Amino acid sequence: MPRQTFVLNGKTVTVDVADDVRLLWVLRDLLGVTGPKYGCGINVCKACTSHINGKAFNPCAVPVGALKPGDKITTIEGLPEQVRDSERGPNGLHPMQEAWLDRDVAQCGYCQPGQIMAAVALVKKVRREGRSLTEADLDGIRNICRCGTYTRIREAIKQGARDM
Amino acid sequence: MTEQLTPGVPASLARDLAAHDVGRRRFIGYVLGGATLVAAADMALAGTPAHAAVPSAPQVPEIYDLNDFLTDSNRATANLITVTINEDGTASFDLHRAEVGQGVTTSTAMLIAEELDLPLSKVRIGLADARPELLYNQLTGGSNTTISTFTPIRVAAAVAKGALLDAAAIVLGDTVALLQSKEGVITGPSGSITYGELATLAASDRVQQREVQLKAPSEFRVIGTPRNRIDALAAVTGRKDYTTDLQVPGALPTMICRAPTLNGTPRRLLNPGEVKAMPGVTHVAVVSTGIAVRARTFGQAIDAVRAVRAEWNDGPVAGQSDEDIVAELRAAEVPMPKLPDLPLLAKTVSADFTFYFRSNSAMDTNSAIADVREDRAEIWSGMKSPIYTQQRIAELLGMTQDQVTCHVVQAGGSFGRRLFSDGALEAAEVSQAMGVPVKLMWHRADDARVGRAHPMCTSRINATYLAGQVLSFQQVHTSVETDYRHGLGEYFTSVAADLPAGLGNLGFAESIFTMTQEIPYNFGVVAQNLVEVDDRFNTGSMRNIYSPDVRAASELVVDQLAKAMGKDPLRFRLEFAKEQRLRDVLNAVAKAGTWGRPMAPGTAQGIAVHKEYKGVSACLVEIDCRPATVNREIREAVTGPRVTKVVYAIDAGLVVNPRGLEAQMQGGINDGIALALTSSLHLRDGHFVEASWDNYFYTRQWNTPRDVEVIIMPSESGQVGGAGEAGVAATFAAVACAFTRATGRQPTYFPINHQDPFPFEVKSYVPPVPASPTNGLNFTY
Repeated sequence: MPRQTFVLNGKTVTVDVADDVRLLWVLRDLLGVTGPKYGCGINVCKACTSHINGKAFNPCAVPVGALKPGDKITTIEGLPEQVRDSERGPNGLHPMQEAWLDRDVAQCGYCQPGQIMAAVALVKKVRREGRSLTEADLDGIRNICRCGTYTRIREAIKQGARDM
Repeated sequence: MTEQLTPGVPASLARDLAAHDVGRRRFIGYVLGGATLVAAADMALAGTPAHAAVPSAPQVPEIYDLNDFLTDSNRATANLITVTINEDGTASFDLHRAEVGQGVTTSTAMLIAEELDLPLSKVRIGLADARPELLYNQLTGGSNTTISTFTPIRVAAAVAKGALLDAAAIVLGDTVALLQSKEGVITGPSGSITYGELATLAASDRVQQREVQLKAPSEFRVIGTPRNRIDALAAVTGRKDYTTDLQVPGALPTMICRAPTLNGTPRRLLNPGEVKAMPGVTHVAVVSTGIAVRARTFGQAIDAVRAVRAEWNDGPVAGQSDEDIVAELRAAEVPMPKLPDLPLLAKTVSADFTFYFRSNSAMDTNSAIADVREDRAEIWSGMKSPIYTQQRIAELLGMTQDQVTCHVVQAGGSFGRRLFSDGALEAAEVSQAMGVPVKLMWHRADDARVGRAHPMCTSRINATYLAGQVLSFQQVHTSVETDYRHGLGEYFTSVAADLPAGLGNLGFAESIFTMTQEIPYNFGVVAQNLVEVDDRFNTGSMRNIYSPDVRAASELVVDQLAKAMGKDPLRFRLEFAKEQRLRDVLNAVAKAGTWGRPMAPGTAQGIAVHKEYKGVSACLVEIDCRPATVNREIREAVTGPRVTKVVYAIDAGLVVNPRGLEAQMQGGINDGIALALTSSLHLRDGHFVEASWDNYFYTRQWNTPRDVEVIIMPSESGQVGGAGEAGVAATFAAVACAFTRATGRQPTYFPINHQDPFPFEVKSYVPPVPASPTNGLNFTY
């Protein structure tokens, strides 16, 4: 059985599993990291959105064998550690998570880890492009929320962006 | 000099009223025997139903609605719900309802915090396992949770506080009258003591009956204040556990390979050896709904499902498509009733709409963990009718009901889906067949194609008017059957609902239709009727059941009547509204949304109302149907007309958590938009086409309005209302009205895009689930 090694939420992990198993299942079924959710398995619903080397991606569509040993995977569980202590909010969380709490965004909550990870990546991408977040950027988010929390998601992203 | 407590009310009457109010707040509860303080209330305490007094020819829901029915059904049970005070100073309560996102754990915690004078953060809410002794009282539906539990839960908490005060009086050496409780601490002249310290001291070795008096609304410090969800921190950190997140020893990932036609059944597995030899696969079994595979990971289970070669029996709708079902409904339509006394000069407005199948499609697909042994079974799943599920599973496994334990798990959405425990029943069968524990999960493609759906239906309306008056309004709704075989959540009523030839279910359907539907205008002779046919589909109560379709059809005709009678849609509704509450919500949205402001060609406002769940609501929307908007391109997406603004006002009576109510309205708004514009299932050649979120178009960020305002109306009512479904119907209706005004064309079917070409390639039926892509790293951002 091939040994797969990568960095998960700041720690190097090694798992014995075939190359073609998608990373989502390595995280959820083998490593017990369940923040990234299954909503479709075909990179459409975006409920599993996590970060690879600081950029958003969907582990349901990446075979674990495609990872390099130094690749840094961040799931919602590791998001707070992506910012310095001083940048964390009253709950010790990433400013985007704090904005999510402040706006009381979640309803059933199932898609929200993916929404937050997508939001953080979107804000960083817009900054890399040297511009500020627009309504059109928010319109382009593909993450589905079947509870229809879109209004508060938009409010929280704007607020989180201000605090990031 | 006359003493007056309330201006303008004589003192004697004010005292009578006050005494009456206290009488209505005085209840009996119990302290149960135990090592720590356990306070209990009888669910039979659910409040008296509100019988509205309405002057003219009321429809059934005005006098006795679905919520009264559910609440009265609960009243029949004589069983106890309990609040426990723990030594760490927290209170805990196992709610006999399901939390699926609607916020009932938070509102329940608020009720307990209120009566106990405890911080909200110190109230722990779990979900009760199936409790058969609760009979009808463990069903989550009809937005009834708070309506039916508001009083009993508060009584249990008040009993606990009374026992804590008595114990504190003994410990502190003070009289109860001198004690004050605040934030979990009781303070008197001699000192103070915490609830945690009193938890065992206040316990009783026998059952004690206690009389309690609930707080008056004027004393509320928690109820009615905006609070964040108690599970929000868990949700945003990934720590909130749903069924598939639970780790049950030995319960490995399990999926089902399903037939290529809807509800087809397996005849023979052709390659068991090949599937069994797939990487990670541990078990393969033929079960009633397909071929089950169990593997080390869900990814390997998906691969194994795709490798299955099998022979199948066709399902009951093999070869049929949307057009066949529409024709069947048309054939089942009964003639509109003739009105005998209609004046000769009366004019008629008519309309006829088709509403296609829609999926309730929760994010968290049907899933369940089952550990079935020789002599017992343990099930974990998001269940809104756990008692019924427990009974069905016992029957399926050949066990007695008490051999089956059903744990209710918080679920990622329901929208009616979890009234049926399709995943739990399947998991139990698979676990028994394989002889090992399983963690069963439906693929998204299964969920869309085979999952419960809102039935296709037609709605026809005839309305007549003469000389500024509407003389009659008749609506006949003809629908594929809505499945209510869960009954009231337990076996007896579900058996009644399952009588041969659909007779029992039709009785349920007609009762629920009659108890929920209402035309809230003075329209003379009003009649609404339901005809249901065809039980071959997997249907159920999708969020707000009949109301979104019925209300969209009616409000479109209300706009037609207004136009025919030369009146503005808002003024017309204000003039004909039956009650002031309705005029108040209409005026609220009209003011906040600047009704009647000049709009560019191709854009328009729409306005509509709805009345249900003890509340009334109005919705004002603005829609943009200009080509530049309609034709905007987004990859594999439905764009089309865009709702640009929504103002929604609701009078939900006494509101426990306004922040939660606002959230539910915001969600319902997106449901209403989806029903009007984008989301439906297409039946083609015996199966539903949709197999992905990029096939089934629930509202996305590019469809959602950028401008949404929810207005919660002040209310003097002491009656709590329902929240979870109350935002859908008025929104759907308002969007339909706005679209008609913007385009000058009234749709004949919904959603309006249903007959457009698919903007996607249809996924395969054999194999029934798509492979996961491997190119995810090409799309990082």
